[in-house]
Amino acid sequence: MSTEEKKETEGTDISRRQFFKEAGAISAAVAAAAASSVIAPEEAEARTTFAEMFQKNYRLMTDEEKKEAIARLEQRHSEEYGKKVTVDGSPAIKDVLFGYALNIQKCIGCRRCVHACVKENNQSRHDPEIQWIRVIKMEKGNFTVDDMNKGYPANANESFGIQVGGNAYKNSGVALEGQHYYQPETVPEKDAFYFPIQCHQCEKPPCVKVCPVRTTYRDPDGIVVIDYNWCIGCRMCVAACPYWARRFNWGDPNLPAEEMNPNTHYLGNRPRMRGVVEKCTFCLQRTRKGRYTACLEVCPVGARKFGNLLDPESEVSKILDRKKVFRLKADMNTYPKFFYFID
Amino acid sequence: MKSKIDFVLDFFSYGLKGGAKYYTWLGILALFILPWAYGSYQQLVAKGMIVAGYTDQISWAIYEGNFVFLVGVAAAAVTVVFPYYVYHYKPLKNVVLIGEMLAITAVIMVILFILFHMGRPDRLWHLIPIIGIFNWPNSMLTWDILVLNGYLGLNIICGFYSMYKRYTGQPLNEKFYMTFVYISIVWALSIHTVTAFLMNTMPTRPMWFHSLMPIKFISTAFAGGPALIIVALLTVRKNTKLEIPDEAINLLSQIVVWCLGIALFLILSEVVTELYPSTEHSFQLKYAMFGMFGLTKMAPWMWASYIMMIGSFILLLIPSVRKNYTILPIICVTLFIGIWIDKGLALVIPGMIPSPIGEFSEYTPTWIEIFIVAGNWAIGFMIFTILAKGAIGVMLGDVLHPSAVGKKVAHH
Repeated sequence: MSTEEKKETEGTDISRRQFFKEAGAISAAVAAAAASSVIAPEEAEARTTFAEMFQKNYRLMTDEEKKEAIARLEQRHSEEYGKKVTVDGSPAIKDVLFGYALNIQKCIGCRRCVHACVKENNQSRHDPEIQWIRVIKMEKGNFTVDDMNKGYPANANESFGIQVGGNAYKNSGVALEGQHYYQPETVPEKDAFYFPIQCHQCEKPPCVKVCPVRTTYRDPDGIVVIDYNWCIGCRMCVAACPYWARRFNWGDPNLPAEEMNPNTHYLGNRPRMRGVVEKCTFCLQRTRKGRYTACLEVCPVGARKFGNLLDPESEVSKILDRKKVFRLKADMNTYPKFFYFID
Repeated sequence: MKSKIDFVLDFFSYGLKGGAKYYTWLGILALFILPWAYGSYQQLVAKGMIVAGYTDQISWAIYEGNFVFLVGVAAAAVTVVFPYYVYHYKPLKNVVLIGEMLAITAVIMVILFILFHMGRPDRLWHLIPIIGIFNWPNSMLTWDILVLNGYLGLNIICGFYSMYKRYTGQPLNEKFYMTFVYISIVWALSIHTVTAFLMNTMPTRPMWFHSLMPIKFISTAFAGGPALIIVALLTVRKNTKLEIPDEAINLLSQIVVWCLGIALFLILSEVVTELYPSTEHSFQLKYAMFGMFGLTKMAPWMWASYIMMIGSFILLLIPSVRKNYTILPIICVTLFIGIWIDKGLALVIPGMIPSPIGEFSEYTPTWIEIFIVAGNWAIGFMIFTILAKGAIGVMLGDVLHPSAVGKKVAHH
């Protein structure tokens, strides 16, 4: 731990020097911020952090304040990671409501989406690695022919002559800790099927309702976002989420500079800090720019589909129209914008 | 104003003075402060909550368990305030203030545990309306903040106002005082109800998702809280000149036994409702009681708690045991620990096992967590000892303003 910390500090020093050398080349906002503060780098950093500490909730900021907050972050992160980091503040696009559809018939459980997501969204890489997507491995249909002679009671002597069997049922989705991180040689495994879960971007999100400071809210395009700078770390949302989609930064996130994705969004994949909650945002840094999510792009079998639910011609709308679609835990009445389907 | 400052100074200087026994007790409590300070530094400053045994699967555990339990202890002050002011049960005359001091202490401890629960305690100001955002009435946590702080204020007003008036030898403003007393009686119920609502409004956690929760919280609180007050009263009676009649202790032990009986009935109802059909929604309680898939860490605690509560109940049903003041405090401590397990650890942690998507994992507290929890309790005991000692001084007339010497004013 201590050696890593040392390494990070060294990295920061180099980056700070580079930053002031290349200040002119960096984006206009950063340059303006730097120009207005002709002071020692340490002092600049302290001032940035200080201003950041007392900034308002992102949703309540004026456009001017948003710009300042973004400039502060760009400056700080560019210094920290030794490269030009952009923090985007693009709002939701008008007349867009994002929806996601996942073909569970196609998913082969390779978990490439899990890792692509970590890479794209700047999660902590080690101690611990934070993963937003969970792929649950289940035995085919929860029923296996091999178990057909098993049943209740387990001990045949207690059955009083009644034939025991037919109970090939397994509790669906039950796993022991760590089993979600399975890493087989080849996929798909025999007699297994897979069920990826991530944030469902609910229409009635329980996490938003329980948040005492409204740091998490639904943006107009349906994405449930978090202002990491406003989160107080009470984890009410973690407890309330039916899909276990939220992750907490128990310690300082470990994000090596060389692995850091510099194209970030304020409400999305910008680096997080200790003690705040994070989760999937449908890669809004990409999707608000008309791109697909990282998990969709990496999927080798095309199981993942994404698009605008308000556009009847979008792929996702057509899937909802024509395929056999269901939602996970529909009984919770949270109306997810994440759908599962089979052909 | 001067007399108010004098009061505070006299109150605390009396609270901090005592014999060898008293200093030994405070000294033992002080021993817990050093590891506590080390743990606090590690968690709050150096490394964050990663030094605790928490995981994304088990994101609420020992701090939250203690928080929930202590809200109950705070609410329990009403078990002495209510009979005294509503039923005018005179033997409780010298008990009311001690109950109020316990309530103040318990709420301070609740706030301490919340501080360690927060990922970003430095951002607590985000909750303050106007400069921050207070998501009221939507967020149940905001309700909890309101009722807990309100309760702390009410008890400080009731307790310290009446003590100040005794100190200066002035009569109480009855209308002013009784208004706050009646409000605090209702408010005491609200704090534990809202804490139950905080948890049982999450269908994601099937073990918490039942409407028995608020009444179970209150009944266990009204068993555990007075049990602690009994121990405190017996200690006070033995070590000070303050008169605590037997009737006061007998009334409290009756409250304990009936509330414990109701609590056990509610626990039985819950267990039968969950285990008889035994669906997948019963996994959390089944994990707590028997362990599942080889994970059995919680089961011994759960059964220890059941045995402690049932055993105490049966013993307390016998009048001669209730009136035996040698055995009574032992039973009270036992059932206090039993309820601490039931409403703290064994309620909060199994609510996280399995996770909402079916992952079973277990939780082990780290030493740092244990240091912090033990330290918080030691701080709590210390605050209660000093507050109660000061209050006793006021009641005995030892803490008195010079101008009030010789004045005789009838007080509650």
